[in-house]
Amino acid sequence: MDRAALQRLGVTAASTVGAVLIAFALGGLLLWFTGHNPFSIYRQMLEYGTETPQLLDTAKRAGPLILSGCAVAIGFKMNLFNIGVEGQYRVAMLFAAVAGAAVNLPAPLHVAFVFLVAMVSGAAWAGVAAVLKVRRGVNEVISTIMLNAIAIGLTAWLYNTFFRFEKLDSAGRVSLDVKTKPLPTSAWLPDLIKGSSGRLSWYFVIALVVALLVWLLVFRSTFGFQLRSSGLNPVAAQTAGIDSKKMVLRAMLISGALSGLVGLQALLVDEHSFKPGLAVGLGFTGIAVALLGRNHPGGIVVAALLFGFLQASSGILQIQDVPKSIVDIIQGIVVLTVVIVNEAVGRWLDKRTARGTSSAIRSGEVLV
Amino acid sequence: MSSGQPGTGASPSSESGISSEPIAVQLSGIEKRFPGVVANRDVSLRVRTGTIHAIVGENGAGKSTLMKTLYGMHQPDAGTITVNGQQVTFSSPSAAIAAGIGMVHQHFMLADNLTVLENVILGSEPTRRGRIDLVKAAARFADCARLVGSHISPHRLVAELGVGDRQRVEIIKVLYRGARILILDEPTAVLVPQEVDELFGNLKELVADGATVIFISHKLDEVLAVADEITVIRAGTTVATVLPKEVNRRRLSEMMVGFELPTGEPRGTAIGTQVRLELSQVTVAGVLGAAKPLVDDVSFAIHSGEIIGVAGVEGSGQFELCEAIMGLRPLASGAIMLGGRNVTELSAKETRGEGIGYIPFDRHREGLMLSAPLWENALLGRENEPEFKVGPFVAAGKVRADTRAIITTFGVRTPNETVPAFALSGGNQQKLIVGRELESDPSVLIAAHPTRGVDVGAQATIWDELRKARDAGTAILLISADLDELLALSDAVLVMYDGRVNARLTPAEATPDVLGTFMTGGEQEVG
Repeated sequence: MDRAALQRLGVTAASTVGAVLIAFALGGLLLWFTGHNPFSIYRQMLEYGTETPQLLDTAKRAGPLILSGCAVAIGFKMNLFNIGVEGQYRVAMLFAAVAGAAVNLPAPLHVAFVFLVAMVSGAAWAGVAAVLKVRRGVNEVISTIMLNAIAIGLTAWLYNTFFRFEKLDSAGRVSLDVKTKPLPTSAWLPDLIKGSSGRLSWYFVIALVVALLVWLLVFRSTFGFQLRSSGLNPVAAQTAGIDSKKMVLRAMLISGALSGLVGLQALLVDEHSFKPGLAVGLGFTGIAVALLGRNHPGGIVVAALLFGFLQASSGILQIQDVPKSIVDIIQGIVVLTVVIVNEAVGRWLDKRTARGTSSAIRSGEVLV
Repeated sequence: MSSGQPGTGASPSSESGISSEPIAVQLSGIEKRFPGVVANRDVSLRVRTGTIHAIVGENGAGKSTLMKTLYGMHQPDAGTITVNGQQVTFSSPSAAIAAGIGMVHQHFMLADNLTVLENVILGSEPTRRGRIDLVKAAARFADCARLVGSHISPHRLVAELGVGDRQRVEIIKVLYRGARILILDEPTAVLVPQEVDELFGNLKELVADGATVIFISHKLDEVLAVADEITVIRAGTTVATVLPKEVNRRRLSEMMVGFELPTGEPRGTAIGTQVRLELSQVTVAGVLGAAKPLVDDVSFAIHSGEIIGVAGVEGSGQFELCEAIMGLRPLASGAIMLGGRNVTELSAKETRGEGIGYIPFDRHREGLMLSAPLWENALLGRENEPEFKVGPFVAAGKVRADTRAIITTFGVRTPNETVPAFALSGGNQQKLIVGRELESDPSVLIAAHPTRGVDVGAQATIWDELRKARDAGTAILLISADLDELLALSDAVLVMYDGRVNARLTPAEATPDVLGTFMTGGEQEVG
């Protein structure tokens, strides 16, 4: 990477950090208005959040957000706004839970099988929106929002009608905790860290590896080049022979496949079976994470860790009688400030680059 | 509308400045610096009232910066501006407008879905009791339209207008705001010869009425034809002001670039015998089942080492023809053979794989990713070539080396291959595209307006490279609105009108008059 690119990266990173700080300042004002001392609250969050159990919790919460953010970012890279991650992973969770419980395989294969089912069903659900867009020109924002609603209804109905597993407790009564048929232990994701202060499963590592793969795919592969070209200038990409319809289809399918993985931590680590209301909202938070991470897997990992940290450290707020939703508000403000600051800084950087280049050319600094 | 800064006296006062030789605009010692760059220095310009004053110079010479200074879009770092004898400081374009200066931009700024009248009054609507006074507006519009001798109905939608009429609307719009000094930025770039003549007629009527026109261009023949005085700008400063009768085209271009230009020498190689591209009765259907085809029964063949030029008014089907050849647009009937292979049914990607290059019509829209680095732009359309791939990955090192080769071969002026495309001037962007399309030695090249909006130096480079490719055997289809270019390069010129090829001329037959007749649908018989 040359000096100019490094500088650009540095300015971008610094401005994003600045935007996050502005968001914290605004959140602090809110705390102050509601009669709390923001400095003391933030200090307590920092102290509490940096204890080992909360750090493990941070990583755990970050895992699904990394995947969700990557799923959204792949779409964004070619100007597709996949708001349907939420619905895609709900569908994927149900099918993965049902299929995973229906087979018996040795441990690593079983986990791989569940991952595969989740990816295929997530991709299939996203594929509906993709086909609608390619064939009928339906805007993916509309269709994925609608498909989210349909996914929630559909999974609830399928679950209630076909996949409810009536577990009997020791007294022979039907348990109130109704779920799908539990996954055998061979489909569980093992722990990476397990100790007295908490645990963290391999899911976090998988999320990091997927983020790396997404980076390779989007920023290093020929396919990724075509994807980004289609996003940067769809007409030029088409003129250069890149089939825009195929690209929409592929990008949506990949995005959907990644979405399918978002719910697997809840499924393979926590609950081992599906029930409605399990792990909700990760798809929407993923949009925020992708925006904050500027659609770059590296940025997404950092953004997901920040959001994970905010959520993990918010436990202390209740003790202080501060509503936990302050964390949600800060997350929301972060997204707004980042978008605004990025836009402004991006323009400034563009101008600076243009000026720098023309002055370099004028001073004879040209490639000959 | 805000006026100029306090005490500037920025008001139209042409009547008061009576002298033996009234000066509409005088710039003295203008200097404009941007961080690290001096865009203008020591610029002096005197524009006499009631004249057409041309400002010529290469792209990047500082013409636009100077005109932006005069139009109040930014303030000079040194020097003075005098309008109609009064020294002024314009804090914004609205101050310049208040002083009677108007600017017609190169890219039209009209709303397609509004009528001509609505576009003209937009932003300065006369009102009566809180409502737009359309009667008053129409009367004033008629006055302004008369000044340019235009008969456009004020109630037509701008979307229905041709390029020439749109430009007239832009001029009327400026006049409507009270401008008596008009700045026209490359007004002829988008016009065909007849429209250019009409524009010049309009401008002459305007100056006869006492208005002043500042005309920015790098088309020297036009400048020589229409201007009363010519000021040459080179490297940010005014080189000389001359009268058209004192100079010829060659002398003027040498003043512009500072060195002697290569002449259009006749070709030294023979046209090949092998047919590289052959179209038989190609027809492209109209949009949404419109009865009239966009391309109608077009047939021609291009041999290796041959350049076939296509002349025509913009929108006569050239764009659709190129898209059809490139596999970007389906054919209603007919066949396209590329190097003996039928490519009629192939996709754009497959067609590219057959060794065809395409310099598209609009480099920003179809040719470049402006925010991406040059090397990624140089890869666009070639990303599937084996030499630029390592397994599923982009061979970035090779692409960058290849891009540096394009940069040096085609003289793209850039510090390196990683700067984003938007940082380069139009001419250098175009050289990069030409390089990209020629670097892989295509058997056929479609070159649409290869030198549109580029400066004289870049034009010479691009022409040279096209000739080199031709001599190496590439068959070239050249679409251009620049008749000099068509005549300098083509072995034969086709004229398209309304989707059809209605003439095939040799360069000797293709005088501007003959071309103009065919381009506007004339059916005159030639040789």
